[in-house]
Amino acid sequence: MRPFSYSRAEDVGGAIATVTADRATDYLAGGTTKVDMLRIGTEWSQRLVDIADLPLTQIDDLPGGGLRLGAVARMSDVAMAAAVRERFPMISQALLLGASAQLRNMATMGGNLMQRVRCGYFRDTRSPCNKRDPGSGCAAIPGINRGHAVLGTSEHCVATHPSDLAVALVALDAVVHVQGRGGARAIPIDDFFLLPGDTPQLEHPLEHGELITAIEVPAAPVARRSTYLKVRDRESYEFALASAAVALRVEDGVVADVRIALGGVATKPWRARRAERMLLGAQADRESFERAAREELAAAVAQSMNGYKIELAQRTMVRALEETR
Amino acid sequence: MSTSIGQPVERVDGSRKVTGAARYAAEIPLPGLVYAVLIGSRIPSGRITYIDTSQAERAVGVLAVLTHLNLGPVAEQQPPLMPSLGGGPAPGQTFFPMRDDVIHYPGQHIAVVVADTLERAQHAASLVDVTYAETPSITTIDQGRTQVYDAERIFGGMMPGRVTRGDVEAGLGQADVLVTATYRCAPNHQNPIETSATTAMWDGDLLTLWDGTQGPNATQLTVAAQLGVPLDQVRVIAQFVGGSFGSKAMIWDHPALAALAARHVGRPVRLMLDREQMFYSVGHREEQEQYLALGARSDGRLTAIRHHKLSPTSHFDDWAGISLACSATLYACANYESVYRLIRANTITPSFMRAPGEVEGMFALETAMDELAYELGMDPIELRLVNHADVDPESGNPWSSKGLKECYARGAELFGWAGRDPRPKARREGNLLIGSGMASAFYPVAPVFTPQRARARLYADGRAVVQASFSEFGTGVTTAMTQVAADGLGIVAGAVRLECGDTALPNTVAAVGSAGTAAFSAGVHAAVTALRGELVERAIADVKSPLHGVDPADVDVLDGCMMVRGRPEIGETYGELMRRNHLTDVEMVGSWSPPPPGGGYASATFGAQFAEVAVDQDLGSIRVRRMTGVFAPGRILNRRAAHSQLMGGMLWGIGHALLEATHMDAVQGRWANASLGDYLVPVNADAPDVQIDTVEVEDTVVNPLGVKGVGEIGLVGAGAAIANAVFHATGRRFHQIPITIDDLV
Repeated sequence: MRPFSYSRAEDVGGAIATVTADRATDYLAGGTTKVDMLRIGTEWSQRLVDIADLPLTQIDDLPGGGLRLGAVARMSDVAMAAAVRERFPMISQALLLGASAQLRNMATMGGNLMQRVRCGYFRDTRSPCNKRDPGSGCAAIPGINRGHAVLGTSEHCVATHPSDLAVALVALDAVVHVQGRGGARAIPIDDFFLLPGDTPQLEHPLEHGELITAIEVPAAPVARRSTYLKVRDRESYEFALASAAVALRVEDGVVADVRIALGGVATKPWRARRAERMLLGAQADRESFERAAREELAAAVAQSMNGYKIELAQRTMVRALEETR
Repeated sequence: MSTSIGQPVERVDGSRKVTGAARYAAEIPLPGLVYAVLIGSRIPSGRITYIDTSQAERAVGVLAVLTHLNLGPVAEQQPPLMPSLGGGPAPGQTFFPMRDDVIHYPGQHIAVVVADTLERAQHAASLVDVTYAETPSITTIDQGRTQVYDAERIFGGMMPGRVTRGDVEAGLGQADVLVTATYRCAPNHQNPIETSATTAMWDGDLLTLWDGTQGPNATQLTVAAQLGVPLDQVRVIAQFVGGSFGSKAMIWDHPALAALAARHVGRPVRLMLDREQMFYSVGHREEQEQYLALGARSDGRLTAIRHHKLSPTSHFDDWAGISLACSATLYACANYESVYRLIRANTITPSFMRAPGEVEGMFALETAMDELAYELGMDPIELRLVNHADVDPESGNPWSSKGLKECYARGAELFGWAGRDPRPKARREGNLLIGSGMASAFYPVAPVFTPQRARARLYADGRAVVQASFSEFGTGVTTAMTQVAADGLGIVAGAVRLECGDTALPNTVAAVGSAGTAAFSAGVHAAVTALRGELVERAIADVKSPLHGVDPADVDVLDGCMMVRGRPEIGETYGELMRRNHLTDVEMVGSWSPPPPGGGYASATFGAQFAEVAVDQDLGSIRVRRMTGVFAPGRILNRRAAHSQLMGGMLWGIGHALLEATHMDAVQGRWANASLGDYLVPVNADAPDVQIDTVEVEDTVVNPLGVKGVGEIGLVGAGAAIANAVFHATGRRFHQIPITIDDLV
């Protein structure tokens, strides 16, 4: 572990100024990813600015029924908030199915969006990895890739995005509010996560020093009936092999409104727009669900060990739709 | 007279552990202590062409960087691999690193960095720049299929590579039904919570090691042999060990490297493996394929068993876990053949992991028996009863104790086996398919060869100290030995203090192969029996004692009071006798010499495992809903500890069947998931309702107290019962473990 210095930020402006001023200075929120990264040597910061004390922990109502989640609100607090559970059950479920109770008590909303991939070749400091060391190659493609992505991959990176929360947020068209030295801006969440393409080292459209201040979840009455379904090797404390966040409104047996996003199978939280388009106005039955799932996964690309995910993702989506119906 | 043995006495070391007062090998505070970090080879095969340590040496706080160019002297002739149960030097492999530039396996230790803090040593280790010339490697069975050889002997030369009896070809020819399959088991790693660690301190020529080990004497003997140091100059202390599961059963190179580093820098050195190094430096359960053919008559009687195993071993040793012995002895069958085939590979010598060998062998055998039961249309328990081995099929000797039929019966009753619809895929609950399965459990009673000693001292205040060298690595052995000592002396358990984990104390063998508690109990029993006898003799010889002249055979001791049997009014306490005779204490050393192996009996532990699973037929997830295990482990010294051991083993069966796999990246020649985040074991949420019972069997042969051990048997067969339940649930037979979602989707 390389030496670094540490300070606690007292106000948002000061934190942003400090981090922006120096490429080797970074934010520290819950630390549940960052400290791991520092320990295993995958990341290094000269200086960490702890933002846990910043007044960004509120969960506020927005006009019309939306919510504004403070960036350093804890996963456990958001998961248990009554407004979240009532209006967006899939967010609460996604949070509670993530990590462990101990980690959820530390990890923050903004930190969750910024967590790094679990690809073992990325975390190992010396394997070829285009995300960690651009141009060095991808060891996962010829290597052990059972957990890797089948959607949104490129020849340079097939690492799966690890977040559960982000899958629900992508389904709900959340907006990420960030603030930098140049002022504040709002980034639609689907644009907040970048596909690896030729630049897998770029994961977010953030400038150095830009700080996530809040996540806005716009009102979505359809989400009152929503589900986050997570399939994994063991019952707890494990990342998804496939997951689906689904909100569904059925009128007279027909899909009137639907939101679907997939996790565990893609390089970013995967909004299943093709499936949604196909389902809108369709019969809300298993056959339609299966057809939509097939359509969504049509573009999937398997690696040597993860072909099962193409089938598993479809079945997970279908099950989530059936359970929500 | 037994009052404490068998009782669920709470752990005598419990409060020290939960309050943090118990100190482990990497927690020993010493003045001037410095920290060593190991560097492992990045490549699986080749040579180091250049190793640049200059940057590391210049880093803040660094005291030394040891490589093959400047490692201190080690013995020219390194000790050969020998299982630590043998009682001699027990290196994990016949290879000591850092003596030349050749790389034989990934993670092979190539440098030791010593600095004044752990973080500085870790940082400096990252600055050591190694240039390799890599050569092609073999790290998996698939890569080595063209160079398979039949092992002449395995297991440190202790076991033959091929065993036959009868005529297996003829037996297969006589069969009405044949079941054949190839079974594959993923490599597994032990991963106790405490990673392996050694703190080393020299005082002149005297070396003290605080080591996380299953055998303090094994560490002493091995390090002395590796370094060429006289035995009397090496003391090993290992009072508390934070779990092992076999990773600390053999003595790997890090204790000797810690000693060499300490000598080099002239200060005490703490060396602790990190979690990733636990996947490279302390052995593992090897990847393996087993071929198994069962032939049976239509009435279920086995006519032949052919059981072969193929696994990679190191450049140094012909090692394979003993996976085939179970099929030689569990069922009565006249015709049998087992063959170990090996591949010379770029791996550390594989080693022990809980229920070593047996758990994989029994996965294959008990899956095959389930298949055979379906082929024959027989109940799986009935098939096993038809083939019950009334005597040991190998030797023809009677069992020293068995109880297997009783385990089947009791297990079936507890689990509710009767009336089970054997048809696969017959039971559904919504999206879930429900199935149940069973398997036998079997673990040999491993022979001990060396005398087991203990010292017992009674003070005039009635309290006793009992000492022996074994370590407490979480099994509860300290508590059990306290109970054995109390009963032998005729005092309450609360009056006994047990001191252990130090080679300065009387010698014991390493606690391995489920043999530790049994072996130590014999030594402790001998010591306290001798001490009790000495005190009774003194009383009888003392004219002032109410017991003067009494026949010692007529003396009972209860709560520290010696008395004539049936006439408790005639007697006195140990304390009264000692104070009158100006004795502050009385002390005796006891020694138990194990009988020579064989001796006209065969010994093993038996049991029966049952499991119920729910399989989501769409999503492929398998969850174990309940387990029942019934075992016949002989005398139980502490019911609470035994229950925990058996339950831990059974839960491990969930991991073995459904989760545990270390993935070798054959391109890079390194483990791809060497962390606890990526190597999955069951979590609490995976743990179902577990029901455990024992069948009482009296064993007068194995050791004085009739203890057969509970450390391994709980795991054996549990995975097979789960796999058989998966078949019952889904109709799909899997011949590999772990069975995961991708297999079912």
